[in-house]
Amino acid sequence: MDLLNAIVALSNFVLVPAIAYGSQLALGALGVTLIYGILRFSNFAHGDTMAFGTMVTILVTWWMQSAGISLGPLPTALLALPFGMLGCIALLLVTDRLVYRFYREQKAKPVILVIVSMGVMFILNGLVRFIIGPDDQRFADGERFIITARDFKQMTGLEEGLAIKTTQALTVVTAVLVVALLFWFLNRTRTGKSMRAYSDNEDLALLSGINPERVVMYTWMIVAALATVAGVLYGLDKSFKPFTYFQLLLPIFAAAIVGGLGSPIGAIAGGFIIAFSEVTITYAWKKVLGHALPESLAPDGLVQLLSTDYKFAVSFVILLIVLLFRPTGLFKGKSV
Amino acid sequence: MSQNPYHDDRGNKDASITKRHGVGEIPTRKGGKSRPAPGGPFLIGDAMTGGYGKGPDILHDCTVSVDRGEIAVIVGPNGAGKSTAMKAVFGMLDVRSGSVRLDGEDITALSPQDRVAKGMGFVPQNNNIFTSLSVEENLEMGAFIRRDDISGTMEQVFDLFPILREKRRQAAGELSGGQRQQVAVGRALMTRPKVLMLDEPTAGVSPIVMDELFDRIIEVARTGIPILMVEQNARQALEIADKGYVLVQGQNAYTGTGKELLADPEVRKSFLGG
Ligand SMILES: Nc1ncnc2c1ncn2[C@@H]1O[C@H](COP(=O)(O)OP(=O)(O)O)[C@@H](O)[C@H]1O
Ligand SMILES: [Mg+2]
Repeated sequence: MDLLNAIVALSNFVLVPAIAYGSQLALGALGVTLIYGILRFSNFAHGDTMAFGTMVTILVTWWMQSAGISLGPLPTALLALPFGMLGCIALLLVTDRLVYRFYREQKAKPVILVIVSMGVMFILNGLVRFIIGPDDQRFADGERFIITARDFKQMTGLEEGLAIKTTQALTVVTAVLVVALLFWFLNRTRTGKSMRAYSDNEDLALLSGINPERVVMYTWMIVAALATVAGVLYGLDKSFKPFTYFQLLLPIFAAAIVGGLGSPIGAIAGGFIIAFSEVTITYAWKKVLGHALPESLAPDGLVQLLSTDYKFAVSFVILLIVLLFRPTGLFKGKSV
Repeated sequence: MSQNPYHDDRGNKDASITKRHGVGEIPTRKGGKSRPAPGGPFLIGDAMTGGYGKGPDILHDCTVSVDRGEIAVIVGPNGAGKSTAMKAVFGMLDVRSGSVRLDGEDITALSPQDRVAKGMGFVPQNNNIFTSLSVEENLEMGAFIRRDDISGTMEQVFDLFPILREKRRQAAGELSGGQRQQVAVGRALMTRPKVLMLDEPTAGVSPIVMDELFDRIIEVARTGIPILMVEQNARQALEIADKGYVLVQGQNAYTGTGKELLADPEVRKSFLGG
């Protein structure tokens, strides 16, 4: 029995990856929840919006790499990120202009917008694959690890190592900054408050002189920025593949709904809940338990509850359980 | 609801894909321009005929107006079209004939937003506060079109409704009925409107609170803001009214000063319970 090693192994294989993945899901879910809260529909094109923003970032990263621009130990993609955001903002504003605005003027029922967003999803899907191709792309460069497993073992003399990837640390730091900035914006600035007012009561916002088109524009811009950050962080941490991003829609929606649609805090909590459940349930616990339990109780098998192939099922089981007991999500969203 | 296929939600009740809370009903209008039209009362909806969307006419040749320094009150049975008349004056539905004039200008073509900018303040009958925003934020949103310092106006509103000062950090949705109505009126006052339109400001409050609200409304009128309001409590409202309108089925049934209407046997019999 060796608790210290158990804790290190747990951190290495479960805590650190789940915190990074949770931050990425939280950022994605924030975008979904903002659109739900302010524009009043579930945006099925969100995964592909993330893919588009990430794609622009990757293209600019490649260009920067070829031009010899780099950030030293940090990934070049960080420098390219603002360009990705701008590209994504342009995309969403053009989509709004060409597609969504028509329905808004008609005062179309939100459920129609859901279906419309599905159409947008397929088009973006095709657009991204057309431009960058359907394959896996890696674009992370710079220092790969802040601390490697081997260094950690040498430093501490423990049997287990703890590796922290640069991208994981970067993910968490960026997510914290972005979330703090978003909350400050929504709660403290005039524009942010007008977005919350519009979300609460469209007609009264109009009667207060708040321009709905402005609110919609700011929403898309913020969502584009969030989606790009989420997508780039995910791509740096793992890799970029259009289909994976399309699939990310599932855990992201699960996170937003578990937390309570329309609630930004809920989106963040939901992101971490989904990430931790996914990672803990698909992780083979043999090693951790081997350290934590006395020799006689040490497990023989892998102690993996579900194969990673089923990871999406995990999100949805969590979703079902939460909705059974709290239909509005953990942080009372505005869904009912 | 109407012939527009986009207004059909095909029976969707799934709140996890669409949010129904706070959906807007005011139709999108391409606002036109106002034209000079000198003379007449400060605000008048003149011979308005119109209804919702492509639906039937609800208002028939209906006229309501208010002049400087006045309180004008619209009363009438449920479903008479009082709220519809207010919405028509505010440009929230198309008037098919007739006009709306404000301070010597014909504003019939203006969108509701443009009317706010022209100095009209409106407290609708339902959903007249931002429930999830704090009291203070409600007032700030009321002053959204203003770019100058709003703290003075906010102090005035707090002096008018002292309870709001106490509850300024609380979510407006957590307040009692009477307090919510105070928030609603306060929000509309924040633009420093040239004219204030109130649709049943005393709906759903106790008699004591109602008296209190009426006093506050008179106080507002004394500051020089003309008030056009719809009231359920016809007798009390007509007592404070300089001008009264009785609407029945979208038409002007009786018009006169508050006192005249209170004295009119027909009006007393049909609308004031004898
Ligand atoms: N949004 C709407 N769409 C269609 N018809 C409406 C709408 N609102 C009210 N009506 C109809 O207009 C008529 C007058 O309603 P309203 O103006 O609310 O009456 P009041 O305020 O005098 O009680 C009623 O017959 C009502 O059914
Ligand atoms: Mg009414």
